Amino acid sequence: MLEFPRWKVIWLWALTLVCALAAVPSLTSMTNIQLPASLPQPRVNLGLDLAGGSHILLEADPSQVRQQRIEGMDESVRGKLKTAQIRISDISNNNGVLTFLVEDVTKVDAVREAILPLTNGAGLTGKRDWTITVVDGNRFVLTPTQEGVDQAVSQAMDTAVEVVRKRIDALGTKEPTIIRQGANRIVVQVPGLQDPQQLKNLLGQTAKLEFKLVDTTALPSDVARGIAPVGSEIVPYADAREGTAPAIAVKRLGGIRGDELTNAQQTNNQQTNEPVVNITFNTEGGAKFAKLTTQNVGKPFAIILDGKVLSAPNINEPILGGSAVISGRFTTESANALAISLRSGALPVDLKVVEERTVGPDLGADSIRKGMIAMGVGTLALAVFILVTYGRFGVYACLALVLNVLMILGIMGIVGTTLTLPGIAGFVLTIGAAVDANVLINERIREERHRGRRVVAAVEMGYKEASRAIFDANITNVIAAALMFAFGSGPVKGFAVVLLIGIATSVFTAVTLTRLWVAQWLRRARPADLNL
Amino acid sequence: MKLLKLVPDHTNIHFLKWRVPFYLISVVLMAASWGLVLTKGLNLGVDFVGGQMIRVTFERSPEAPVGALRNEVAKLGYGEPIIQRYGKPNEISIRMKLPEGADHDASLSDKMARTITADVKKNHADARIDGVDSVSGKVSKELGWDAFKALGFAALAVAAYIWLRFEWQFGIGALLSLVHDVTLTLGLFAITQMEFDLNIVAALLTLIGYSLNDTIVVYDRIRENLKKFRKMPMPELLDLSVNETLARTIVTSLSMLITLVALLLLGPDVIFGFTAAITLGIFVGTYSSIYMAAPILIWLKVNPKSFVPTETALEKQERLAREGV
Repeated sequence: MLEFPRWKVIWLWALTLVCALAAVPSLTSMTNIQLPASLPQPRVNLGLDLAGGSHILLEADPSQVRQQRIEGMDESVRGKLKTAQIRISDISNNNGVLTFLVEDVTKVDAVREAILPLTNGAGLTGKRDWTITVVDGNRFVLTPTQEGVDQAVSQAMDTAVEVVRKRIDALGTKEPTIIRQGANRIVVQVPGLQDPQQLKNLLGQTAKLEFKLVDTTALPSDVARGIAPVGSEIVPYADAREGTAPAIAVKRLGGIRGDELTNAQQTNNQQTNEPVVNITFNTEGGAKFAKLTTQNVGKPFAIILDGKVLSAPNINEPILGGSAVISGRFTTESANALAISLRSGALPVDLKVVEERTVGPDLGADSIRKGMIAMGVGTLALAVFILVTYGRFGVYACLALVLNVLMILGIMGIVGTTLTLPGIAGFVLTIGAAVDANVLINERIREERHRGRRVVAAVEMGYKEASRAIFDANITNVIAAALMFAFGSGPVKGFAVVLLIGIATSVFTAVTLTRLWVAQWLRRARPADLNL
Repeated sequence: MKLLKLVPDHTNIHFLKWRVPFYLISVVLMAASWGLVLTKGLNLGVDFVGGQMIRVTFERSPEAPVGALRNEVAKLGYGEPIIQRYGKPNEISIRMKLPEGADHDASLSDKMARTITADVKKNHADARIDGVDSVSGKVSKELGWDAFKALGFAALAVAAYIWLRFEWQFGIGALLSLVHDVTLTLGLFAITQMEFDLNIVAALLTLIGYSLNDTIVVYDRIRENLKKFRKMPMPELLDLSVNETLARTIVTSLSMLITLVALLLLGPDVIFGFTAAITLGIFVGTYSSIYMAAPILIWLKVNPKSFVPTETALEKQERLAREGV
């Protein structure tokens, strides 16, 4: 137990120093000392509960994605069969399926042939993303499969994370964390952000912009009762005012989407000085917009954002320049938010805030300062206690403890974990385990001396016998920590990560390093008795 | 230098003599804890039941005006608030149920938070808003279930490991003392009605960690002594094991208490409840290792035969050779 070949000594010290030095940037970041920027600086980030900031959990509704897919399929099928010149009727995309009738029964096989290429394999599941069945001879039923929907949700979430990132970057906040969680959630954490309102406004806006022609044939009385002429739909105004129509009828088809943009800026209307959003189409979008406005001069068209009409101006002349102005009773902030949202692209699915936590900065800073003082005083008192109890062996134990703390911080910095309040609990527990390991060893050496063993044999037995209990206790904690990490959420996970790192470093410093030091001392001093 | 020795060498305290009364007390306490949890209930935070929590510090008041606040917030039309102190007397949390329909429209709970914080700031110039938490009903259910799963699976896996390394009786003993520790802590939270949130779950986990550590140290010594003293009656052997590890138990517990007391007295208020729970855990954990985990081994009839080292093939050959077969 007490043999340490030279290579092992070097290796142990190298490992210790690398991990302990990695803690330096984390420690200096709390003071005013500046480290040269050329050095690598792994740093332990403080969690929002300690440093202050906002935590927002966003959730998407998978059934919305499912409905979007059905509506998309509806359009594709119509387009495909129109080119194939097959007449269909009684099309319905309600109730979670798409159904339609093929009028000419002899064309059923041709229809099947035509729409089969519209379906795909669902990822690696080996299933198709749609099932196609024919009932009553000529009624087609297209059902999205669970696998297909799951895949679509997954893709939508990937896009959503990107869009969220762009929008948050546009706010200029520093070091936001944006992570996808589970199948349909996104966690957004912004350290230091005090008022998440602006952020939530940005993320709550899907920013799906559409331009649709107003159906001027609709009777106002029908519109008021929510009845739309065939081929049209009723869309409410974003800000329905007293005395004006609360909704408007627009034509379903023939409009264009406002997603083909290169830029969107908040500006002010030159005449009214009202905040507006100036959008610039890309080439393709510009061409479509020019075509729409050229063909419909003199008619009104509706600018629709997220299913609500912003405004419905008349097309006075063809707009060929590829840019347009959107007005709609904006404030400067809301116009700016819309510009950011349009620039970052529309969210493929609506996101809803299901959890939100904000911690004030005073609380955070105060907590850290007090926490550091308490830790300092506690560690000092502990060191004194250990020193008067174990003398020389206590010195080794304290040294091991200091290195242990540094190594935990260092490894946390290298791995990039965040230290939260529960993480501190994990910290306290591992320090306890480290102290306990040394207590076990030293008490055992005492015991072995009392039984009459000679110095070297007593030390050797002490380490050997105590190691068994230390091993079992730590393996138990590793098992517990691993399961907590796998099944727990948030705080429980934060606790488990620190515990896992801490167990490894505790055993290393409290058992291996102290054994090395004791062995070297025994060889050097050859004591006849131990003061223990 | 003369070193400090808290525990004299060779103590011989008959801990296990009192095992039956202590066990009865523990069982009664556990039953009482469950009774309290079931009747009085835990004061669950928004993490577990959903809702909104606003934390406020009144910077220039020695004590938070709880009564006035309750009236003011109740007048806003969002229902009765639960107002509680935490940490210092001038720090409080205001808990509200989320408004109707907030599950579909998050802006409703936003509006509530804004209305309440604006009102508090208007009426109390020295109010500092320390944080706002909004947790929807769905998420809170998941958080609770996740924490429960993590705790449950961890406890079972640990028991299984101890069974593997020791004997099945030890696994049951460790599990029992875990249940004991968790139950008593829950009972304490039911009596005091301190808020029980996710951070307290982390404290509970720390407590379990300490307690397990203690249990394993005692068990390790019992295992060792079972191999050494084949003929010793179990109560005597358990007493011996507890006495032999007594110095270690005292020194380790004291070490932890020193750091924890420093955290309690000087540390940030946010972790007060949390540190208090861990400090309590040191006492409960030490007690349960001696009086819950050890005596059960007598009743589950652990005997030294469980730990007779099994003969390897080589040893068998040697024995047979010695016996001259």
